[in-house]
Amino acid sequence: MEKKRKIKVLVCKPGLDGHDRGAKVIARALRDAGMEVIYTGLHQTPDDIVNTIIQEDPDAILLSILSGAHNALCPAIMEKLKAKKINDVLVSVGGIIPEEDKKFLKELGLDGFYGPGTELKTIVEFVKNNLKR
Amino acid sequence: MQYSDLINKLIQKETRAAARLITLVENDINAAEQVINSIYKYTGNAYILGITGAPGTGKSTFISTLIKNFLEKGKKIGIICVDPTSPITGGALLGDRIRMKQYFSLDNVFIRSMANRGQLGGLARATEDAIKILDVYGCDLIIVETVGVGQSEVDIFKSAHTVIVLLVPGLGDAIQAIKAGIMEITDIFVINKMDLGGADKKVAEIIQMLELKMNYKYESQENSEIYAKIEQWTPEIVKVNSITGENFNILLDMINKHEKFLKNTGIISNYLKNRIKSETMQILKHKLTKKVEDLLYSNKNIENYIDKVMEKSLDPYSMANLIIEMLGIEKKRDF
Ligand SMILES: Nc1nc2c(ncn2[C@@H]2O[C@H](COP(=O)(O)OP(=O)(O)O)[C@@H](O)[C@H]2O)c(=O)[nH]1
Ligand SMILES: [Mg+2]
Repeated sequence: MEKKRKIKVLVCKPGLDGHDRGAKVIARALRDAGMEVIYTGLHQTPDDIVNTIIQEDPDAILLSILSGAHNALCPAIMEKLKAKKINDVLVSVGGIIPEEDKKFLKELGLDGFYGPGTELKTIVEFVKNNLKR
Repeated sequence: MQYSDLINKLIQKETRAAARLITLVENDINAAEQVINSIYKYTGNAYILGITGAPGTGKSTFISTLIKNFLEKGKKIGIICVDPTSPITGGALLGDRIRMKQYFSLDNVFIRSMANRGQLGGLARATEDAIKILDVYGCDLIIVETVGVGQSEVDIFKSAHTVIVLLVPGLGDAIQAIKAGIMEITDIFVINKMDLGGADKKVAEIIQMLELKMNYKYESQENSEIYAKIEQWTPEIVKVNSITGENFNILLDMINKHEKFLKNTGIISNYLKNRIKSETMQILKHKLTKKVEDLLYSNKNIENYIDKVMEKSLDPYSMANLIIEMLGIEKKRDF
């Protein structure tokens, strides 16, 4: 039972948009792949998210952002993580992210971008293969 | 010591160290042993509240309102929420935290979600260790939400000072609770969702059940282990609304009264002894199971025994006795 370490993932929904169908579907897919998944609900501030990361100590976080506010939210979250010296958590984003923004976000340390229509299998595999610890 | 850095930071109340140590004890039982060995002497300051009840009775919402009330009293609070692991996929959806989101950014609230990883009894194997870590982290109060599957979630009784059981109007959950042995471990019954109506009927139902239980207790006094804690305590009953916070002042008084009761009657030391006993038992079960498994898969004699059982010249009980003997021999060699 304890032989294989469990992967723990946080699925977050920062920002103001109120659509969390997608986030919930992803959370369930990760659970069905054998992971322990925390879903934190809507409207999380970057502070809320970083505090949750500190307390829950997940291996990966998935930010679901449909509001187009990724260019504001992602840097805020990454800066706070950096300030707390948290560098062993995989951070990725689901939502509609234009190509030109991806480069900017990648430089911030985010990785893995899932637009609408991404297969759930792809997301599960990405998480499994890109953990930082 | 391998973890001394983290442990020092924990003693200095660093949040990340607490979180990382909980991850460690969850994932690695050998690490858990080392960690607890180093921090045990610092534990024993937190008051532990156990919350149990069927799924959807409002445990997480109830805890959220409890947090608010205890924060007003200036407490530092740790919360551990246990959810079930799917036996098929091994995965788990941990959704309790979502009900407590107004407290995510507070320094004196630490919320941790935990999958039970197949352990029966309503807690995870590591819950007890996580409680100790949060205790050393400086939490005055630790609230544990058990797995709500409505089965025998009685293990919380061994870890918590005060056990609160949530019931809701309408459901036949009181009967369920009796069957599962929940009645016997409850210090305070909370009828949640009083706004839905039918709460008073539920209160009457519980009083009736308790009267039955009291008679039962009288007749079976020799079976007293489980009653050691509640012998002189008649469970309190209160109806609340966890969304509005109605009647939480009454509830808080009850918790207070129970804490005083434990301390004033000296039952708390009784309770602590029982707790140490059951915890050690749990650890022994893990260790011995592991030892037996190792033996079963490594010792050549085992195959011979199995053949003998197949031939009916040995039976499984006798084979078990032989294995116990082998374990004894191993032990002498170890020391
Ligand atoms: N009407 C009403 N609903 C409540 C009350 N407490 C909780 N709920 C609702 O009950 C549902 C389940 O609550 P949750 O805390 O997740 O239950 P748990 O599964 O026992 O942790 C949620 O929709 C809550 O909003 C209450 O006092 N009154
Ligand atoms: Mg819950």
